[in-house]
Amino acid sequence: MKLSHTLAALLFTVASSLASADEVQVAVAANFTAPMQKIAADFEKDTGHKAVLAFGATGKFYAQIKNGAPFQILLAADDETPAKLDKEGMTVLGSRFTYAIGTLVLWSAKPDFVDAKGAVLEKGNFEHLAIANPKLAPYGASAMETMTRMGVADKLAPKIVQGENIAQTYQFAASGNAEMAFVALSQVMKDGKIGSGSAWIVPAKMHAPIRQDAVILATGKDSAAAAALMKYLKNPKALAVIKSYGYEVE
Amino acid sequence: MLAIEDFSAIRLTLELAGLTTGLLLIIGTPIAWWLARTRSWLKAPIGAVVTLPLVLPPTVLGFYLLVAMGPNGFLGHLTQSLGLGLLPFTFPGLVLASVIYSMPFVVQPLQNAFEAIGNRPLEVAATLRASPLDTFFSVVVPLARPGFITASILSFAHTVGEFGVVLMIGGNIADKTRVVSVQIYNHVEALEYGEAHWLAGGMLVFSFLVLLAVNVFNPNQKRSAS
Repeated sequence: MKLSHTLAALLFTVASSLASADEVQVAVAANFTAPMQKIAADFEKDTGHKAVLAFGATGKFYAQIKNGAPFQILLAADDETPAKLDKEGMTVLGSRFTYAIGTLVLWSAKPDFVDAKGAVLEKGNFEHLAIANPKLAPYGASAMETMTRMGVADKLAPKIVQGENIAQTYQFAASGNAEMAFVALSQVMKDGKIGSGSAWIVPAKMHAPIRQDAVILATGKDSAAAAALMKYLKNPKALAVIKSYGYEVE
Repeated sequence: MLAIEDFSAIRLTLELAGLTTGLLLIIGTPIAWWLARTRSWLKAPIGAVVTLPLVLPPTVLGFYLLVAMGPNGFLGHLTQSLGLGLLPFTFPGLVLASVIYSMPFVVQPLQNAFEAIGNRPLEVAATLRASPLDTFFSVVVPLARPGFITASILSFAHTVGEFGVVLMIGGNIADKTRVVSVQIYNHVEALEYGEAHWLAGGMLVFSFLVLLAVNVFNPNQKRSAS
């Protein structure tokens, strides 16, 4: 008796979720990997919709989207790529919004190497400083902007090595090959504080804000799940997750 | 059109490939000779190690090189104690990585060529009182000429096409570690498709010509391989 009840309940659940649940394909900027995994799990639990995530570089996603990739939402690492797609008619106009604002941090794997004001950049007692390629990655561009504002950009130029993206930049510093790196706070944050090594959280006034925009792509125009996920990204539960990884929200 | 940085990347790539090929001929020849002649049980494991870069994803090789050449790695300890500093983000670091990465492309054609020669010419040379070294340079090298040509061309071309390893340990420094494949990647990622086409198209033509050259210079390859 009990078993048949359970079975019936189960069948009912499956049937009802088949009726309303939908899948959405999401292209996610690599720096947002950890928070998005958490948000996607909550999203599925709370709405029944499923978000299928692909992580990667925003420039690569752009090329793929232009060439017919089946993504319905893009969570970009910048605000330029979604704006560009908007202009090119590849998106649902009016859906674009800033889902997170990145925080830049100067980080070293060595404890006590980076001081709380970033004065270590002026001392210059190191061989290599890793940044993400400023041409490709917003965090790299912000790092350059910060060093220019501090007046150390020219002096440090010979010491700069570039990672292809922010993950590789972190790897250069984590392996000790570069003493320090400008990375995303989300990469070195663990349980709300800096996990290991030493860091200077770069004040927001040192560079233009690193706005990360989300947009519904033309392929997601009629997707209920896509609309639901965009809405979900703005709810307090998702915002709390985003903040816990060191991002600001609007 | 190509910009100054593109030409700098091309020059750097040719330097890297040339130096790597030269070094590999020096290092790879004795290894290939040993592998071709030995009956030691070590032949199988050493042959496997030399072939590893052929099957490993370049990112695996690059990642381990980054760790090994870093301040906490054994290569890093070695280069630091020799007063050479650390190798990642330097041109010599790229050369070392390329030598490892392209090793099978030199050792395998040479080993095949050496094995194809067989014992007979060596025995004849010995009866004529040629020293082993003399035999090697006046008998083996001329007979293995197609092998040397194939090895040189493949090693050069493979180093030119190297990407994953350089990306992992290079640091994208102009004139030092930014080679053509990385420059193409940068163009594509920055959505500069026009510039990317110039370099990528050039690479395609170059690679075709190289393989064409291998086939033209080495028409007997099929026969000696079978």
